[in-house]
Amino acid sequence: MTQLEEEVAGFFVRRGRWSPLEIAFWILALASIWLLPSEHLILTETAILALFALSLDLILGFAGIISLGHAAFFGFGAYFTGLVAKYGIVNEPVLALLLAGLAAAALGFATSFLVLRGSDLTRIMVTLGIALVLYELANRYDNITGGANGLQGVDIHPILGRFSFDLYGHTAYAYCLVVLFLLFLLARRIVRSPFGLSLVALKDNPLRAEAVGIPVNARMVAIYTIAAGYAGVAGALLTQTTAFCSLDVLSFERSADLLLVLIIGGTGYLYGGLIGAVIFKFMQDWLANLTPQYWQFWIGLVLVLIVLVGRERVTGWTRSLHHMIFPRLLAMPESRKKRREIAARRGIGRVGGAASDGH
Amino acid sequence: MLTVLFDGISYGMLLFVLAVGLAVTLGLMNFVNLAHGSFAMAGGYITVILVNRIGFPFAVGVVLAFFAAAALGALFERTLYVRVYEKNPLDQVLFTIGLVFMSVAAVDYVMGSSQQFVQIPSALQGQFHVFGIGMGKYRLLIIVICGLITLGLQLALTRTRFGSRLRAAVDDQRVARGLGINVGATFGITFAIGSGLAGLGGALGAEILGLDPIFPLRYMIYFLIVVTVGGGSSIIGPFFASILLGIGDVAGKYYVPTLGAFVIYTIMIVVLIWRPLGLFARAASR
Repeated sequence: MTQLEEEVAGFFVRRGRWSPLEIAFWILALASIWLLPSEHLILTETAILALFALSLDLILGFAGIISLGHAAFFGFGAYFTGLVAKYGIVNEPVLALLLAGLAAAALGFATSFLVLRGSDLTRIMVTLGIALVLYELANRYDNITGGANGLQGVDIHPILGRFSFDLYGHTAYAYCLVVLFLLFLLARRIVRSPFGLSLVALKDNPLRAEAVGIPVNARMVAIYTIAAGYAGVAGALLTQTTAFCSLDVLSFERSADLLLVLIIGGTGYLYGGLIGAVIFKFMQDWLANLTPQYWQFWIGLVLVLIVLVGRERVTGWTRSLHHMIFPRLLAMPESRKKRREIAARRGIGRVGGAASDGH
Repeated sequence: MLTVLFDGISYGMLLFVLAVGLAVTLGLMNFVNLAHGSFAMAGGYITVILVNRIGFPFAVGVVLAFFAAAALGALFERTLYVRVYEKNPLDQVLFTIGLVFMSVAAVDYVMGSSQQFVQIPSALQGQFHVFGIGMGKYRLLIIVICGLITLGLQLALTRTRFGSRLRAAVDDQRVARGLGINVGATFGITFAIGSGLAGLGGALGAEILGLDPIFPLRYMIYFLIVVTVGGGSSIIGPFFASILLGIGDVAGKYYVPTLGAFVIYTIMIVVLIWRPLGLFARAASR
């Protein structure tokens, strides 16, 4: 191996390493199964929302695709699971989950080509349009979906034939947490691979990424498909844990709330969606108790304030968190040393500090 | 058949007046304002309060709705929107969705969630029958008013000094500033007029579109369709897009009611894929 190859390989190994913070996060999450048994219902919702936000983070935080219609895949997965369970095709949750993920990914793949084209604005419109079309379809074909009344009679069997869902959400929470963790591991593997690095490159500058030989369109299609699959699994989890599915799984509010979740937690380091989901659920629960009918006003206010104050400033803490668990290429000790050598040779002072901040 | 066409045209004209402000902010200034419908809703509710509760004549209510919505628009533009113009689309989307959520909840709180109706004077109710076509008087009035507004806007944009300033400011902000054009004020006035027209449309359309707190969310996509399909380079594009959308929507609901709005959304996606800049965009558009 040449020195460069070694350096790059070393970088990926370091990048893939688990930081103590991450381990602490997952231990806490695991501990919540035993420590907070009375909160399992809301924690289940949080875990599902976290998975959904993780899915959006994959495309927004890593590929820079703004989606206002991510609920399309969530709802698709939710209805898919509901329907296969209702008609007794697949009642076993884990298998249904896999199938829902694949189905949503297929939808994501089919629609990804629409998202490739155009500017941010076109993407916003197209993603929004796809979600609306699905919503309209679910609404019109109410003989299949139950329309505004929701999908009744969803029969979910015990997980793997052994663990049945209970009223208090104990099984559901453990199940969702396990699914979230496994899919998180997969997402972590994806974004920390060379593939993930190429996504970040195309997010920052698609033109330049194309110039250095990254197949921009293929990468976008790939990550969009994966993210759609994730969203589908999240939707499937919702249907399985509630044994119900209604039109609001496809609603615009769901897509919009999701953006807020991810923005609160910060994008581009995977934990943003998870942390954002916890904060959002907590906030929503608190606001809904305070003003049952009008909590959306406060959600809106939070959105407006975050933008006015500046996303960077509000979620700045996530950035330092980000660097703690996600070292940057320029922060590599070897390259830092090398840059210092080059700088010394050229007779310039400190280049390192300025260059590693310039993004 | 012709009645459907007539209804479609009046509906489309209404959509145009509602969306033309957005055509300028989104199409020309490249600002993603999802909260445009909130100003329309404000106009509608102001008319409801003025006409139904206080007892103002309908015409006065509609005119006041225009000014109130314009004032509201100016206020928001100067205090909040100016800070967001320079931000990236994601921030703009988040910001304006936040405004929509706030307006929906606030109106729900103040006015209740039920649908509101404006009392239309009896002289405007009923139908004309010309060559066997039933034409609602109120819809005819909408066509006349909206037609006049369109004509006025087109003239203002192409023939007046303010129009040329706006076009200059939109084309190249820096050069326009260099020439001594007050770009901020120009945008502010434009935004206020656009919001005012939305308010006027909301007031006139309360009867046809239905007025309840989720109005901004329900019609957001329609406004966006008008602008994206029409393209942002002139107001003629959005005008034809609105008429097409109006006729398409009314005809779709009339002839294939089971498909509903599905047709419209599909057409929008197809148009966006086919011509991302809009159907009527000039070839040399920016």
